[in-house]
Amino acid sequence: MAYGFILDDHTSFSAWRPLARQCFMAGCAPEDIEWRCASAETTLFDTPLIAPTEKPDAPSPVLRSKCLALLRSILRHADQTRFALAYRILWRAQMEPALASIATDPDIARAIHMHRQVREDTHKMTAYVRFREHGSPQAGRRSFYAWFEPDHYILPGVAPFFSKRFVDMDWVILTPKGSLAWNGDTCAFSPTPCAKPKLSDDVDQLWQTYYVSTFNPARIKTKAMLSEMPRKYWKNLPETQLIPQMLANASARVAAMAAQQPRPAPAFHHKLQQRRASAATATASQTPEAPEQDTSCTPQKPF
Amino acid sequence: MNIMKQSLSDRLALLSDAAKYDASCSSSGAGKRDSAATKGLGSVSNGICHAFTPDGRCISLLKILLTNFCIYDCAYCINRSSSNVPRARFTADEVIWLTLEFYRRNYIEGLFLSSGIIRSSDDTMSQMVRVARELRQTHKFRGYIHLKTIPNASPALLAEAGLYADRLSINVEMPTERGLADYAPQKHASEIRQSMGKMRTHIEAAKDRTLTGRKAPRFAPGGQSTQMIVGADQATDQDILSSSSSLYTGYRLRRVYYSAFSPIPDASAILPIKAPPLLREHRLYQADWLFRFYGFQFSEITAARPDGMLDLELDPKLAWALANRAMFPIDLNRAPKEMLLRVPGLGVRSVQAILAARRHRQLRLEDLALLKISLRKVKPFLYATGWSPGRLAERQNLRQLFVPQPQQLALF
Ligand code: SF4
Repeated sequence: MAYGFILDDHTSFSAWRPLARQCFMAGCAPEDIEWRCASAETTLFDTPLIAPTEKPDAPSPVLRSKCLALLRSILRHADQTRFALAYRILWRAQMEPALASIATDPDIARAIHMHRQVREDTHKMTAYVRFREHGSPQAGRRSFYAWFEPDHYILPGVAPFFSKRFVDMDWVILTPKGSLAWNGDTCAFSPTPCAKPKLSDDVDQLWQTYYVSTFNPARIKTKAMLSEMPRKYWKNLPETQLIPQMLANASARVAAMAAQQPRPAPAFHHKLQQRRASAATATASQTPEAPEQDTSCTPQKPF
Repeated sequence: MNIMKQSLSDRLALLSDAAKYDASCSSSGAGKRDSAATKGLGSVSNGICHAFTPDGRCISLLKILLTNFCIYDCAYCINRSSSNVPRARFTADEVIWLTLEFYRRNYIEGLFLSSGIIRSSDDTMSQMVRVARELRQTHKFRGYIHLKTIPNASPALLAEAGLYADRLSINVEMPTERGLADYAPQKHASEIRQSMGKMRTHIEAAKDRTLTGRKAPRFAPGGQSTQMIVGADQATDQDILSSSSSLYTGYRLRRVYYSAFSPIPDASAILPIKAPPLLREHRLYQADWLFRFYGFQFSEITAARPDGMLDLELDPKLAWALANRAMFPIDLNRAPKEMLLRVPGLGVRSVQAILAARRHRQLRLEDLALLKISLRKVKPFLYATGWSPGRLAERQNLRQLFVPQPQQLALF
């Protein structure tokens, strides 16, 4: 028999907080508590866990807001040791109130690292979710589906971003770690894992056209691209399948530009030059206040 | 040039290809807003990059031209009147449709609309303003809008553009007046400066309250930016950075972009054949960062460079520190923030973490490893509890420690 809890993967900070308070007010040091993830491998030798009982007159733990924010963030991380780390920081911060500000402390360094990974995952989700239109508009509202594979338990945290941005359309984001659904009014989170759906959208083709055309073959910086858009995201993006072909064609396109001889300017250019020349002679003989000759191809200000 | 036969997709290809030489793609700096109350579409916060192309650039905005017809003949530009590229144009409605549909699918943060100059400046500008107005008013679009302003457009159009756009820009193109005269004979440095000056006045006025205490009309809360082409003319890095200096301080620009001159199809004969190394552009951006975030003056960065060119082998901060070794080593536990920011290998975030941590603990050099700082890079420049660089700081050939070793090139 040991003290501890078995926690669901989706356990958020607010669900964990009362348990941690309970442990703290029972006087349990970090090494006396086991925080076990429900998804972790269980073995026959795992000791059954019981919850500790609070001492009636025990003081409540206190935390500075910076520390609170750090714990809130790391509990979205998928690392199985996150609950133990969070409790250890809570415990230590009672003696060292400035603990969360000391980035050179090993516990805090690790927590900050986890916090950055959660933030990165959240950021990438806002960047790389791709909505695909689904069906015909119902009651004037259009409806979209997206598939995304986050590394951490970030859905509740990222929901406001999507529901405040894509307000005038219905959408569902499916992930292996649950789903978000917006109907114009409320955003519902479900922790039930989803399977990858088959999605397609004709506008993806225009987007691919844009992606290829905005690429400059004369500057290849694949390392910069990969550091921002690691390969793990590629399989769910409509544009990345074009990258190999774009790279393969790049050097030929650059060579063609270099080999090209200067060509005579098009007729359009010569016409413009003539008009400009006659406009210049015309203005020379006019007073400066004369109304501008704003025929179709003359700039407002004669040169 | 049969425009009628081009599909929307053909025109998108042409008009985004023609717009890509503008490096600016930022969608930040306009504060925060969303559609929770307006029930429309779109929000703005820190700017998100939604994709990256193999040229390493981010796609944040749908960057397109309204048309690539242009009556000007700027030598470096793919759209110049003497170029033989196929021409195309979008209608305002098409641009609006593309922006909204791309936005709904979360491909982009918004629109960056630019245009070749057709007929007159006002004519072109009013088309662009119409796109922005309808996005905002008809479609309740609250995403990002960046409009390229056309020099000489009327003040009324400029004011309206500022009402809808988050950012306005006008490109100075060439770092020196001489360069502009040679390469863009129909553009005038004085007009560009005047336009930027007017925008600065507008932007600042919009931030103040008027005499009656009412708020002035909105005007481009994301400020203005510009771009200089690097390596097409003879300008040195020092010339370029001194232009930046006056752009940032004189016109309060939010961003200056440096765009390494890139070969274009059907190039003008007066352009250099070869593109400058991309590394040069990178070094200029690093120098720009040192000015914007690290408290450096541009003149300090190039002071020790006899030819006015940044060191391609070393980043400008390291190069500066090596040229000013008398100022180092400094004490990790006591040095002021301004000096810590000048230590090669310490970024803004690391410096903040150091300042917060050293209030509570004496720091040793090894502690910095936990902040993911490269000890190899910082150690000649710092004293710390239990660490003195000693002979390392006096080494004559300190530079040798940092210069990258030649590497075999690998195919990607
Ligand atoms: S005015 Fe602009 S679009 Fe026209 S040629 Fe000059 S740079 Fe190109």
